[in-house]
Amino acid sequence: MRKNIIEVKDITKSFTISAKTPGIKGTLRHFFNRKTIEKKVVKNINFEINEGEIVGFLGANGAGKTTILKILCGLLYPSNGYISVAGSRPFERETSFLKKITLIMGQKQQLIWDIPPIDSFYLNASIYGIEKNEAIKRIKDLSEMLEIDSELYLPVRKLSLGQRMKAELLAALIHKPSILFLDEPTLGLDINAQANLRKFLQIYNKQTGATILLTSHYMKDITYLCKRVICIHEGYITYDGKLEKLLTKLSPNKDVSIICKSIKDIENLKKLNLEIKNINDNQITFTVNKLDFKNTLKEILNKFDIEDLHINEPPIDEVIGKILINKK
Amino acid sequence: MKNSSIYKFSTLFKTQYANMLEYRAEIALWAISGVIPFFMLNIWTNNGLNESINISNVMLSRYFLSAFFVRQFSVVWVVFTFEEDALLGRVSPYIIQPLHPFIRYFAQHIAEQITRFPFALFIAIFFFIFNPQSLWIPSFLTIIISLVSIFFSFLIQFLMQSIIASFCFWTEKASSIEKLLFIPTLFLSGLLAPVSSFPPYVKSWIYLTPFPYLIDFPASILSGNQANITEGIFIQFLWIILFFTIFKKSWKAGTKKFTAMGL
Repeated sequence: MRKNIIEVKDITKSFTISAKTPGIKGTLRHFFNRKTIEKKVVKNINFEINEGEIVGFLGANGAGKTTILKILCGLLYPSNGYISVAGSRPFERETSFLKKITLIMGQKQQLIWDIPPIDSFYLNASIYGIEKNEAIKRIKDLSEMLEIDSELYLPVRKLSLGQRMKAELLAALIHKPSILFLDEPTLGLDINAQANLRKFLQIYNKQTGATILLTSHYMKDITYLCKRVICIHEGYITYDGKLEKLLTKLSPNKDVSIICKSIKDIENLKKLNLEIKNINDNQITFTVNKLDFKNTLKEILNKFDIEDLHINEPPIDEVIGKILINKK
Repeated sequence: MKNSSIYKFSTLFKTQYANMLEYRAEIALWAISGVIPFFMLNIWTNNGLNESINISNVMLSRYFLSAFFVRQFSVVWVVFTFEEDALLGRVSPYIIQPLHPFIRYFAQHIAEQITRFPFALFIAIFFFIFNPQSLWIPSFLTIIISLVSIFFSFLIQFLMQSIIASFCFWTEKASSIEKLLFIPTLFLSGLLAPVSSFPPYVKSWIYLTPFPYLIDFPASILSGNQANITEGIFIQFLWIILFFTIFKKSWKAGTKKFTAMGL
């Protein structure tokens, strides 16, 4: 049985924000009598994550996903609650804890801009107490996995976004962290670079058994990598469970189109108590619940001689989008 | 453990030095921009002001050349770098690495000083060409004590600015607080005039502040002007301890307030 590597109990996080009304009057009022409001960004959340899991955080902008990641990696102090990551309290930032984690943020970098990434890699290796020979080996292994080579010797400012992201990943993984916090890691990357990055993360997870926590607005990142998702809305967890179950919950049905060999078959299909959407000559389209899908289809294929069959599911982006738009 | 720390710090310095060398033209300009002491020397000697404080022309020119050197190797800008990094979200990855972010900035400053050294030496050679009577070679011991004192001066300034930089956790514009220190640093540090030229009542309280230990004290040692070395170094050390303690507390309190903005 795999053990919990992350435990979060009743965590809340509030920020004090100063609000300003528009115009010169508002500006003067803001200068002389600044009004601050306390905004609760994360509200009494609870969850546990097992070693080696890949978990995706879903939610609209400002829902609190990134704040949760920042709390988990030790950047922010929680206002209340209990939190344990790899047996440590993240905000205490003990060296042993910091050596186990990494945070990767899309479009934000830790590489030194004017010198080649290789210099930053050696610097990071030394910071994490990795000996030079071991660092050389790790850089070689990771650069092979990430398919970067000559780019390591060019100044960071000369690299493309995709190359830079790969170099960022290498810098962030050189100490072989067992927990990865990824905040929009594929932001701004082209389709191929996104696919490569996802593939790399999946291999890294399989090879090292690392736990990965991920936020992304690209649904492909979530569906490719995460079996489990946590949905956040206005600081609350609205769903925590299998992605597949969430999809079934949000989109319980599939559309099936069947082209029958004869009109007679269509008449017989009507008798099956199906939720018919439309009939066009010898083509019938009906909706079937995902839970009954297998049995229904089996019955049809056994009883009828059909010419063609199409199964339509709403695109995953559209389904997940319901969480973001309808705030379910 | 010891080897790992040496490797860590040597890699840090090497990396920062490589980064600084990318800006060699900029550093040359910074070195040239630090010539205020030479302007001040000109004002003092052309107006015969040195006679009023019983310092010869030669000793005064040595003092201002030393002040130039001290300034070159104690200039600090950590508050501006940290503020920019905090606003742009660059501080976040540093905070969750097993190395205090200010050690990075410290290494940056040391690397910059090493890069700056040849330019400062070049300016000094020019100075001696035009002022051959001022040429002097301090004893080995004087050089060592001066280097210690200059390094302590740098540490005091670095810690003072680091304390202000840690206010970035409360206010986004902590560098404006640093501007409050600019005037006393300029007038009381000995950059514009040796502290010995100040009226006695000013001197009586000026030595209660860290400012005369930033330029005047190390420059006086290096130039061979009068200075109480043991007392001065001890007081510098006390300021370092005090500012280090305050910095540790303000950093700890500040990181609790950190909002990780910019990401």
